[in-house]
Amino acid sequence: MLEEDIRHIIGKIRFSLYSPEMIRKIAVAKITVPDTYDDDGYPIDGGLVDLRLGVVDPGLKCKTCGGTVKSCPGHFGMIELVRPVVHVEFVKHIYYILKNTCPSCHKLITEVKKEEMEKEVEEGEKKGRKKKKCGHCGEELPEIKLMKPTTFLKNKDVMLPHEVREWLAGISDEDVRKLGFDPVYARPEWMILTVLPVPPVSVRPSITLETGERSEDDLTHKLVDIIRINQKLEANINAGAPQLIIEDLWELLQYHITTYFDNETAHIPPARHRSGRPLKTLAQRLKGKEGRFRYNLSGKRVNFSARTVISPDPRIRMDEVGVPQKIAEELTIPLHVTPWNLEYCKQLVMRSEYPRALYIIRSDGRRVKVGATEEMRKEQAESLKVGWIVERQVVDGDIALFNRQPSLHRISMMAHEIKVLPGRTFRLNPVVTPPYNADFDGDEMNLHVMQNEEAQAEARYLAKVENQILSPRHGHAIIKPQEDHVSGLYILTRDGAEFSKTEAAHILYLAGITKMPKPDLKNGKYSGKLLFSQLLPSNLNIKTKSKMGDEVVIKNGKLIKGAIDSKAIEGELLERLFVEKGGEYVRNFLDAVLKMALHALYLEGFTVSLKNYTISKEGKEKIKAIIERMNREIDNLILQYKNKTLERSPGVSLQETLESTILEITTKARNEVGEVVEKDLGKDNTSIIMAKIGARGSLLNAIQMSAVVAQQTVRSKRPARGYRKRVLPYFKKGVLSGRERGFVYASFHDGLKPDEFYLHAMGGRESLVNKAIRTARSGYMQRRLINALQDLTVAPDLTVRNADDSIVQFIYGGDGLDPMFSSTTKHLESVKQDDVDTA
Amino acid sequence: MLIQRDNMKKKLKIAPYEAVGVVSAQSIGEPGTQMTMRTFHYAGVAEHVPTGLPRLIEIVDAKKEPKKPLIDVYLKKEYAKSREKAEKVAEEISAVYLEDVAEVLDDLESYSIEIAFDKKEGEAQKVSFKDLKEKVEKALEKNAKIKAEGEKIKIKFDKKEKGVNAKYVRKQSQKLKQLLLKGVDGVYKAVVTKEGDEYFVRAGGYNIVGVISHPAVDPSRIYTNNIKEIERVFGIEAARNAILKEIKDVLDMQGLYVDIRHIMLVADAMTYSGAIQSIGRHGLSGSKVGVLGRAAFEETIKHLINAAAKGEEDKLIGVTENIIVGQTVPVGTGKVKLKFMPR
Repeated sequence: MLEEDIRHIIGKIRFSLYSPEMIRKIAVAKITVPDTYDDDGYPIDGGLVDLRLGVVDPGLKCKTCGGTVKSCPGHFGMIELVRPVVHVEFVKHIYYILKNTCPSCHKLITEVKKEEMEKEVEEGEKKGRKKKKCGHCGEELPEIKLMKPTTFLKNKDVMLPHEVREWLAGISDEDVRKLGFDPVYARPEWMILTVLPVPPVSVRPSITLETGERSEDDLTHKLVDIIRINQKLEANINAGAPQLIIEDLWELLQYHITTYFDNETAHIPPARHRSGRPLKTLAQRLKGKEGRFRYNLSGKRVNFSARTVISPDPRIRMDEVGVPQKIAEELTIPLHVTPWNLEYCKQLVMRSEYPRALYIIRSDGRRVKVGATEEMRKEQAESLKVGWIVERQVVDGDIALFNRQPSLHRISMMAHEIKVLPGRTFRLNPVVTPPYNADFDGDEMNLHVMQNEEAQAEARYLAKVENQILSPRHGHAIIKPQEDHVSGLYILTRDGAEFSKTEAAHILYLAGITKMPKPDLKNGKYSGKLLFSQLLPSNLNIKTKSKMGDEVVIKNGKLIKGAIDSKAIEGELLERLFVEKGGEYVRNFLDAVLKMALHALYLEGFTVSLKNYTISKEGKEKIKAIIERMNREIDNLILQYKNKTLERSPGVSLQETLESTILEITTKARNEVGEVVEKDLGKDNTSIIMAKIGARGSLLNAIQMSAVVAQQTVRSKRPARGYRKRVLPYFKKGVLSGRERGFVYASFHDGLKPDEFYLHAMGGRESLVNKAIRTARSGYMQRRLINALQDLTVAPDLTVRNADDSIVQFIYGGDGLDPMFSSTTKHLESVKQDDVDTA
Repeated sequence: MLIQRDNMKKKLKIAPYEAVGVVSAQSIGEPGTQMTMRTFHYAGVAEHVPTGLPRLIEIVDAKKEPKKPLIDVYLKKEYAKSREKAEKVAEEISAVYLEDVAEVLDDLESYSIEIAFDKKEGEAQKVSFKDLKEKVEKALEKNAKIKAEGEKIKIKFDKKEKGVNAKYVRKQSQKLKQLLLKGVDGVYKAVVTKEGDEYFVRAGGYNIVGVISHPAVDPSRIYTNNIKEIERVFGIEAARNAILKEIKDVLDMQGLYVDIRHIMLVADAMTYSGAIQSIGRHGLSGSKVGVLGRAAFEETIKHLINAAAKGEEDKLIGVTENIIVGQTVPVGTGKVKLKFMPR
């Protein structure tokens, strides 16, 4: 089997034109009847669903190969055209050839010698513009014009397709080559159709509606039209009809064949279905996002996959994925039966419950379902032979690829270990949420089970979650503590955090530490820093800054100064552990540390409520004062503007100066309010803590909820359009102060006034619209980028090469370093020094 | 210790056959969704300068001219230290056209053009009537009669002369309106900006060749955001560096951090052929070797038909081509081949 596989590699694909002889040769039937089935519902001989073209109805047999629906690939037929017709898609090529060859000797038009040209120009000057002559036979060259879509004009006279064909046929192979075509694969006269291939029925299957009525494919409809006109044309020619009528019918035939190839050809109306819907013909099938190329050929559908809603589970490891029992029972992995696992395979086949075999594939490729009764299974198990394949259900520890769309980067698909769980959703640890950009508000994700050992090994060693902790985009951690994890870490490690022996034991136990350290506090309690330090390697030394701006010092694996917040954990700490200790270590570290953090959070009782956003009376006074001052400043500015005493900023109009200054003032006021809010809510306010340590939210959110929503903007300016001289009809005309231009004085806590609400919604709407536009535009840009760069790889000599082996970079990135480790390099003194002398 | 360090170095090197192209494309494309569409405002020079996603698209499209071309003119040491000197240079390189300081009226009946000099504007732009007159005289062909009256110039064309008709007169008057009186063609709204302790001039436009000939300009540090112009004047290496800088600036401004190697690869891919190729069907993707690869991207029918007419061959060397036929893709582990004879 393997030997065969190796031989079946496609080396190249050649594209070429069919010659009329070739079309006749491959055709198994001449199609002459413009109809499909007879009254009994049986395919008509010589009709468009002739049995020689293959079958689509189960039960019938192909008259050519004897195959059934499944085994017969279909065979081409043909229609002998009474008069030749131009192939629309090649019109441009034909035009190019006609313009560059001589109509009488069919030779390539060569450049006229210089003297002759000068002579001609001289003569031309006297006799008016003179026509060019052929360099070989001296024939005057006609002016060739193309009348779109398919008519060629020679000196303003219509050239009928057979004339064009004769012209093209007269060109020698040598000249065809000079014109850039290959006469072996594409003679120019083949671009004029004399015989039309009819695709097999399997290409254009008819569908049977519930009513029993048959509905034919668009292509079949089009072919019916072609045959009908072809016959009519033939009858008219035989009857000796006047040339005019023949030419009309000929043109009609041309129209039908043109739309058969492309029903969106410019300058002609598209052929329509009876219902008025334009027909989907050959070009439409291939083209665009839903066409054959992008939908079916570049995007393949797969088996052994599952999709369901995701939900969080902080108890499973981050490289695990919780798979519902039902899905685990459905997905299988092929197991090659060997002398060493024969017994195991037999047991699997014999089992009637969950981890069991579902199918047996015999060495001849026959697939047998494992029996339902015990006797059957026993028999099957007994007959099991080495070399067969057993398809067993997935179990805990199997590797699977997990993916969430849109797959914007490679870490949108990572390998997880399967963990079978009750329930109906995929479970994942919230810490792996950022690479997938997933949340649990109803997101769905896909799971793929790999079907051979090579793929499984690659997934395990290259795509596994723990190897993707650093992002290849910037080398910083992308799998890092999220939201509550960060809060928990802070609560655990902040100064003054102490835990009783029981609490400490519990926390350490969750992290998998069973050896109790000595208490470090005088009162016999344990500091959070000590507990955290238990997970650090003893030779770790880090001095870094936290998000809050404090210094964090780890000395010999002990956290001695500072509290761990978002920046402290995801910065140097994670990056260095990853490079020095490897992915698996970091994975275990994170899993443990996060369990600790979450338990610390649980002990603390960390929560947010309405109280967190209620400002004291004094605070309100202060805020009111700030806002009032801002109002005065704004009004003052407006007064200056109206008196034209306002000083104009360089390069902008007076009005623009006013607007931008007001925006500055509102921002300044909001920041001042921010200071008051921060002080008033206090540093023990959970909301403020979360904002400061980078767990969730920002100070701005707190300001908007508790104090003032502040200025709303549309297109980075204060809202200014709407009614005449005012934005909303509630306002006085011509007033330019805060409220009238979208300053929301209320807080979300107090609630917005109707006009404030409206203007707030204006800003909200804009950002929504922008987001929609942005995703579409950036999606297309990314598609183009990927398409342009997808063939670039690093060769073993570190050059970057394109698919054709042309060199794009001599050393990848100038230094050959993996961007995944680019930021880490900074932390590693030894490597840094080394790079200098090898660079 | 040495061995350890060697191992570490090896670990940090890029893996052979790594699909670095896709990784770079994703690394630049993925943050695209997070970018804002807001425009940027350079004081005085230009408003609504595209930043973020629109500018990024502009760069990878390799547009002939950016929406808002800017040119940064750095000055020689003697000029860079004082604002006044820099202001003077800025004024000298700013283009002043005839229509900026005068009104041009054409009379198609009498075949004449009247230029009315606006003294106030002229003084502001430092253009004298004498200069203007000289420039106008030089610009016109000999067949025109030029008469100066006070602050006005009257130009009369001879009706009898061949080729002189109403269309010709209108054309001449349009040409005169765009007549460069002073400064560098295409450079406008020059503003002196400070960077560190150095003054330099930032202006609209991109006429490098014109600006460089000014004696105060440091020719080694001139820069414009028009990448095509950089390619034309300084060559492809400079263009590559310009692409690198422009993409980096866009990402930096958005606060998005993307490793420089990814940007470098995009810049190199766009320029390695020796001329700037855009990312898209008219550039890199359109010049790919595989027929199927091109057909699967855009303009499917066109590529298939051309391939058939030319009897083209697809050697299946690209990623898309192999996906289409259902084979292993030639990147990463797919490039490693193991040959053996099974028993």
